[in-house]
Amino acid sequence: MPSDQKPFELKADSFSFPTLYLLSNDIDAINESLERQVAKAPGFFLHAPLVFDLSRLPQACTEVDFPMLVGMTRGQGMTPIGVRGGTPLQQEGARLMELAILGDSRGENPKRTAKKPARGDASEEARQQQRGETAAAPAESKIITRPVRSGQKVYAAGGDLIVLAPVSSGAELMADGSIHIYAPLRGRVLAGVKGNEKARIFCQNLGAELVSVTGRYMISEDYPESLIGKSVQVYLSEDHLKIESL
Amino acid sequence: MARTIVITSGKGGVGKTTTAAAVGMGLALRGNRTVVIDFDVGLRNLDLIMGCERRVVYDFVNVINGEARLNQALIRDKRCEDLYILPASQTKEKEALTKEGVGQIIHELSEHYDYIVCDSPAGIEHGAYMAMYYADDAVVVTNPEVSSVRDSDRMLGILSSKSKRAENDEEPVREFLLLTRYNPARVEAGEMLSVGDVQEILALDLLGVIPESTAVLNASNSGIPVVLDQNSEAGQAYADVVGRYLGEDLPHRFLEVQKKGLFDRLFGG
Repeated sequence: MPSDQKPFELKADSFSFPTLYLLSNDIDAINESLERQVAKAPGFFLHAPLVFDLSRLPQACTEVDFPMLVGMTRGQGMTPIGVRGGTPLQQEGARLMELAILGDSRGENPKRTAKKPARGDASEEARQQQRGETAAAPAESKIITRPVRSGQKVYAAGGDLIVLAPVSSGAELMADGSIHIYAPLRGRVLAGVKGNEKARIFCQNLGAELVSVTGRYMISEDYPESLIGKSVQVYLSEDHLKIESL
Repeated sequence: MARTIVITSGKGGVGKTTTAAAVGMGLALRGNRTVVIDFDVGLRNLDLIMGCERRVVYDFVNVINGEARLNQALIRDKRCEDLYILPASQTKEKEALTKEGVGQIIHELSEHYDYIVCDSPAGIEHGAYMAMYYADDAVVVTNPEVSSVRDSDRMLGILSSKSKRAENDEEPVREFLLLTRYNPARVEAGEMLSVGDVQEILALDLLGVIPESTAVLNASNSGIPVVLDQNSEAGQAYADVVGRYLGEDLPHRFLEVQKKGLFDRLFGG
């Protein structure tokens, strides 16, 4: 390779990671509950990067057994990458396990963390702490007219996503607002990724690999038989994901 | 100004090189000055399929590194004077292909040729990126089975985001579907995806359907692009593909099960 070529480019990119909000430091209880969650969609969690949020740990839980926590999540196929929040003591423990200490983003966007509870059972308590109102009026919607192919991701930041071309299996649609699909749909669809609970998914034929609103998700195996291939909407009703024919 | 066509797939063994050889020959037979470039550095095959393996002196990487001039590396086909082959290097690493080096060669070739056919390696690694980066048109070679279809889909995604045209926000690469190893009998038996199934998933213009045929293997083994075997269905289908690519409106053939006699079963293509 010629020497005048740059060996790399350094950029600041933003990602959204699944975040485990610890509500207790009982590793066994977490393990059990997480195991059930992973069993529902093993593919979704496999090799998924994972962040531990310590901000909701009760005061009494001064110590967290990070070696156990990291070992347990790795054992379930995930890749823990860092922690957020917590006391200096807890952060020191995390650092010893080579977890990154991530900045607290809540200062800039109060919605982001407060409204994105961990997936599954552990989030029962978390939901009580959620704030009631959703974000201000969404930005302009994004319209996609070319096929979204396997491996491609489309993200509509701040607003809705409207797709007029086929979405292949292995492709991913994400939006802060709602997502509308007017063509064959076989990929994954994640609406309200920053916690907008009013976000919905509308599609003409339910064939998505996965649908999710604010992180509450359902995989294709779990769709009601009668709705597969039908024109449906997906929304949150009392914290549960509902699929309803249109 | 030449048009650059990439023959790509994602998955290996679906018939990219066979297609590159057949399309290159087909275009040249119609009087277009055509060059076929093998991008599969380290696993070169195009020279074998084109029957010029004994005439390779310099290769693509030699030219990029300035060790040979382009004219020294180009091999003129013995059967068709408008067809040239630029072989890949068998001894170098794929990383020897640099974006600037490939760009320079494509630019130089485009002044003297009508069509530049780029035979992409399998996978979505560096070599495949280099093969598709400068493409104006893409022929996505797909077998009628699910893993090949998914890989093609992935490759189409890369084409629409990582090609030079996509990066510069120019008119997108024209994409065509070429279905190869199509066996109507197995489709009828439900063992193979049909043309309709594949088109529904990929949502792409169908450039052609090449029937599964022993003629393809025979042609490869003897170094004769199958399009020259006009007695075979595969050869005729490839000739149609070239015609359609050039804008002719031809019906798709060989999609139905042919009733064959015993003689055809034994010796037919």
